Amino acid sequence: MEYPVEFRYTEEHEWVKIEQYTATVGITHHAQDQLGDVVFVELPAIGAKLQAGSPFGAVESVKAVSDIYAPISGDVTAVNEDLLDAPEKINDDPHGEGWLVRMTVFDGAEIQGLMDAQKYAEYVAAETVG
Amino acid sequence: MIDFGGWDMPVAYGGIVAEHRAVRTGVGLFDVSHMGEIEIRGPQSVDLIDSLCSNRAASLRDGQAQYSGLLNPRGGFVDDLLVHRIATDHFFLCVNASNQKQDFAWLRDNNSFDAEVTFASGNYDQLAIQGPQALGVASRLTRLDLAGMRYYWFAHGEFAGVAALVARTGYTGEDGFEIYMPPTESERVWRAILEEGANESIRPCGLGARNTLRLEAAMSLYGHEIDARTTPYEAGLGWIVKLRKRAFCGREVLARQKAEGVRRKIAGFEMRQRGIARDGYRVFVGGIDAGHVTSASPAPYLGKNIGLCMLPAEYARSGQAIEIEIRGRRVVAEIVPIPFYKRTRP
Repeated sequence: MEYPVEFRYTEEHEWVKIEQYTATVGITHHAQDQLGDVVFVELPAIGAKLQAGSPFGAVESVKAVSDIYAPISGDVTAVNEDLLDAPEKINDDPHGEGWLVRMTVFDGAEIQGLMDAQKYAEYVAAETVG
Repeated sequence: MIDFGGWDMPVAYGGIVAEHRAVRTGVGLFDVSHMGEIEIRGPQSVDLIDSLCSNRAASLRDGQAQYSGLLNPRGGFVDDLLVHRIATDHFFLCVNASNQKQDFAWLRDNNSFDAEVTFASGNYDQLAIQGPQALGVASRLTRLDLAGMRYYWFAHGEFAGVAALVARTGYTGEDGFEIYMPPTESERVWRAILEEGANESIRPCGLGARNTLRLEAAMSLYGHEIDARTTPYEAGLGWIVKLRKRAFCGREVLARQKAEGVRRKIAGFEMRQRGIARDGYRVFVGGIDAGHVTSASPAPYLGKNIGLCMLPAEYARSGQAIEIEIRGRRVVAEIVPIPFYKRTRP
């Protein structure tokens, strides 16, 4: 699986894409693959203040529920409401139509601490072997 | 792959939902070789079993199986199991992988009869072929009269060229067969079944679908609905308790519960608001913490979010409104009759 080079990644398998002062957040291909068929998504309200490293929602598959952690701190400006009726978009297109929230970016330094695509691919490979 | 009682087992081969639906509408194949087997031989085999189990093994005929509870003195479950009568002096028990050692020890240590208890898990692998099309596929692999075999009966014979015990039992709520064979042969039989079932689009199924299927059928899972502190009456399994047979371990507690009624009970629920309950979540009734979820999941075939919970008996009634705490939020659900799913028998 190719992980988009313009994204940054967390150890909890979220991706974040920065455009100007807005960040789009989702879960990675690896995360959706581990979860299996996604059947339910719990997302924050617009305006919610997210703290880097804190859970802000959940993605549920048939087998398990998985918390989603904020990769960076910021305020939610949009949520992907399409997922309420079509949560399977997270399986079908995790890095695109399966996005979860958009948020403002306050602190550029937080992004520097995240993994790039190559490091994340290595991280997933190591985790899968382990 | 997940570790399950020391076995590396797949949660799914190709997605829980697809596997679950295959078993409800077609046919699926499970590798359940982790299950334990214990054999009991000798003229008083039935007395040993009936002194420790809640159901009446003495009612069995040769070639018949029954679901039962191996009980402790408090009437709780040491394990739940399938008891097969091969002959009056030979019984074959299928038990849970995680309990097999304690089951064996319990039977051995309480054996005051002319009976010999053998731990036989190493001698058997088990495959389960389940679904409305299981009969069609399985019948093409054996000369045994599977169509004429009644539910909860079994026979010995060649299956896919291998000497096997074939039982019309299962843990999915569908028709199907559980096939016991030597571990050296199971991979070959597995491949033969998948090949034979290709026309029916048979699917290999993992632990994930096994759990969602048994939950829709409201079948108990050890460590969830039943455990050492839960009695068959509390688990809604009164039908496997035969108080009028010979004396058995736990009988006094059960006789008292039968006379006085149980204080707590397993009940089924459906979510009435958006949200998915999970094992261990708290259940509230009228704002008060009243019990816990024992098993819960989205139900792939029914398309609902369902679960089983342990509640004070007065709340375990259809129509009762409850709330389930999901990540700090109380979500409305309702007690409904179980099983959630029941197949239409031909």
